[in-house]
Amino acid sequence: MTYHDIVIIGGGPAGLSAAAAARKAGAQDILILERDNVLGGILNQCIHNGFGLHTFKEELTGPEYASRYIAMVEEEKIPYKLNTIVADISADRKVTYINREEGLVTIQAGAVILAMGCRERPRGALNIPGYRPAGIYSAGTAQRLMNIEGYRVGNEVVILGSGDIGLIMARRMTLEGAKVKVVAELMPYSGGLKRNIVQCLDDYGIPLKLSHTVVQIHGKERLTGVTIAEVDANRTPIPGTEEYYSCDTLLLSVGLIPENELSRGAGISMNRVTSGPNVDDRLETDAEGIYACGNVLHVHDLVDFVSQEAALAGENAAAYVLRAKEPAAAAQGRKVPLSAENGVRYTVPQILNLDTMQDAVTVRFRVADVYKDRYISVYYDDKRVSKKKKKVLAPGEMEQVVLKKSSFAEYPDLGKITICTEVE
Amino acid sequence: MRDLQYDVAIIGGGVTGSAIARELSRYDLNVCLLESAEDVCSGTSKANSAIVHAGFDAASGSMMAKMNVEGNRLMEQLSKDLDFPFRRNGSLVLCFSEEDMPGLQALYVRGVENGVPGVRIISGDEARAMEPNLTDEVVAALYAPTGGIVCPFNMTVALAENAADNGVEFRFLSEVTEVKPIEGGYELSVEGKEPVTAAYIVNAAGVYADRFHNMVSREKITITPRKGDYCLLDQEAGHHVDKTIFQLPGKYGKGVLVTPTVHGNLLIGPTARDIDDKEGTYTTAEELAEVTSKSARGVKNIPYRQVITSFSGLRAHEAGHEFILGEVKDAEGFFDAAGIESPGLSSAPAIGVYLADMIAAKAGAAKKEHFIATRKGIPHVAAMDREERAALLKERPDYGTIVCRCENVSEGEIVDSIRRTLGARSLDGIKRRVRQGMGRCQAGFCTPRTMEILSRETGIPMEEICKNRPGSEMITGKMEEV
Repeated sequence: MTYHDIVIIGGGPAGLSAAAAARKAGAQDILILERDNVLGGILNQCIHNGFGLHTFKEELTGPEYASRYIAMVEEEKIPYKLNTIVADISADRKVTYINREEGLVTIQAGAVILAMGCRERPRGALNIPGYRPAGIYSAGTAQRLMNIEGYRVGNEVVILGSGDIGLIMARRMTLEGAKVKVVAELMPYSGGLKRNIVQCLDDYGIPLKLSHTVVQIHGKERLTGVTIAEVDANRTPIPGTEEYYSCDTLLLSVGLIPENELSRGAGISMNRVTSGPNVDDRLETDAEGIYACGNVLHVHDLVDFVSQEAALAGENAAAYVLRAKEPAAAAQGRKVPLSAENGVRYTVPQILNLDTMQDAVTVRFRVADVYKDRYISVYYDDKRVSKKKKKVLAPGEMEQVVLKKSSFAEYPDLGKITICTEVE
Repeated sequence: MRDLQYDVAIIGGGVTGSAIARELSRYDLNVCLLESAEDVCSGTSKANSAIVHAGFDAASGSMMAKMNVEGNRLMEQLSKDLDFPFRRNGSLVLCFSEEDMPGLQALYVRGVENGVPGVRIISGDEARAMEPNLTDEVVAALYAPTGGIVCPFNMTVALAENAADNGVEFRFLSEVTEVKPIEGGYELSVEGKEPVTAAYIVNAAGVYADRFHNMVSREKITITPRKGDYCLLDQEAGHHVDKTIFQLPGKYGKGVLVTPTVHGNLLIGPTARDIDDKEGTYTTAEELAEVTSKSARGVKNIPYRQVITSFSGLRAHEAGHEFILGEVKDAEGFFDAAGIESPGLSSAPAIGVYLADMIAAKAGAAKKEHFIATRKGIPHVAAMDREERAALLKERPDYGTIVCRCENVSEGEIVDSIRRTLGARSLDGIKRRVRQGMGRCQAGFCTPRTMEILSRETGIPMEEICKNRPGSEMITGKMEEV
């Protein structure tokens, strides 16, 4: 069986950044497995700009951002296989992949980095009643058909869900001459970034109807229209508020789901809120030597944070395989759980190792609702150790706190770290 | 006597029409099948419970009972001969109160009378031992070990392909608008196409069967589309139950069934609403809610957050709730296969034999010398063991390019679904043959690639690629060059 020090599953932004960082940290034998026919992942179809403000201090398009990382991988001569789908990963890091040239192959990895990204929630998951005609697309599928394949998907458009891809596609289709009639959002707030609402809807006069959803799909062959209704606080449609919109296209931007079939197959413990693996501060899952980063770990808002997180996974995977070649100062130490409470939906990582952690660990999370003038507080056991006031907190934007190793010196018997929102 | 084009013309390419076509193709007869959609399996056959009933439901002595029990018996060998997925998982009918026990008992007696093998009543605890997710409300159940589940798409496609391989001519997008008796047979008017003439007509038109019957007979029949909504759950939920779980109709009305599918999903439904629209395959919020609430009575903790799609199907309900099979009394040479509602899928193999033999006898046709009795399905690489897969990949590298990640469908399988006999010409056609897009992302990732493959293989321009019949084009054109 062929062996590689680090096998990275996925050649999108997370996989590429992890590969570059692992090489920088001294790992020589790295292999990237990518299912598409090019590297870069979903960035390739994100031809709008706004990527890289944090990482490169300039505004790049998705393909430009991807090309920077692809260039790093090429320069470092890190090998990759395209059109290669991973069929199975085992807890002892055997990776089975399949492609046209080699057929079915199993390799042994010293470390595995999970970087498979996420997929869109389909219509079926929403149980929208009505017919099942052509013309209903998840926003990303429409984005691919337009930006990669060069086809127009429709002329009159309604968008359900105000996730970022939906907002971006509202602008994209408008620029291509389609009429985007409305964006309906089930929740009383948008799931997308504020800047996208301004730049993609407001600037084009596209109405955003909060607390609204599609209650009926019309048209037997191709979509002919949808009925939209307002919903009450329990997200139940309010009778009498129905409005009909004629359209030939319905785009869905109703959430992203990390693609963790392989992780589950390896028996890795999963987090119910993120739908990603539970990880410690080195982004290692509970399967030794298997790391996770990017949207497969939790859905990010900005690719810059994906790159940062993935770089950390790459460094740690490199350290793991390099360490394994000498006697291990193994990963013992005091492991403390992070708890997300009172308006904080989850944290990544979920576990912090006080002894082996880096000097500073970034904890990322999202909040459960739109909050104004709240504090983000950190507790070590029952003691509040920090609070930071935020004017607005919204579920569409990822938040973070940084925990310093030095801050734990006074807490030798720490049992729990809590991250929460507080009114005061 | 004027020359007729065919000996037999079958109206309808659902499972019933395809089964009859396949059985007729054993005989020295010139047969054609007319289907209004672009593919077989486009009406009732594509949206149903996908189960093979044991046969205790229908009234003893009825055609329904006979065809069901015989169809169930034939199914196993047929699934081997024609290589489509079928599993005898057994079924349970749940009884929720002592008051309803006489109803369960009656069902048992009917099962015995109908000749259903091995049927027996078991206690609630025995039922829960078999199926740990049954609720405590279950007091007893009727167990039928011969109940099964089948892939209705592959079953229909397999029957049709085998019929075509044996010489039956399939005409798609051929909607019959009129049936007119002519000397020695009938003339069928076809929308936008030349008429078709045949000595014998088989009416297997599903919810439209009354329309054609009533064109030739003074004894009118009525087929009412009975709509049923279903929820399909992710394969992660597929092991929630192993057997097909029915509810005994009681004071709460008729329940819904919960069953695994042969592909490992969990299927729940159907509701029952009589409607007027013979194309009314829409789901409603009320019915989907009904599916959820009713199913909970018998099976607990169904993970409804794992629903990947919902759909609606129409059953061809005939007023007398009986299969109408055979030559129409006042229309010689016109054979009905009408009122084929549940257990129609289970009965199709038997209906095929029954009607084909009847027609062949009438026509005085002999059996062919070289009937091709078997058909091989499209290989599914993901289900193969390692050696088998490796060997296949050597021969056909395109089986190594996975297009649909959720169901692990390769480019080779998609290409096969297009190239073989009666190959797919629409995205739904591909989906029903090889399950591309059937998984949890519901074709989000693989739609563009599949469209390209279909366009490449058939020469249909991308702009004309349809989800199913014309009018369901996927895209509206090319973007202008900048």
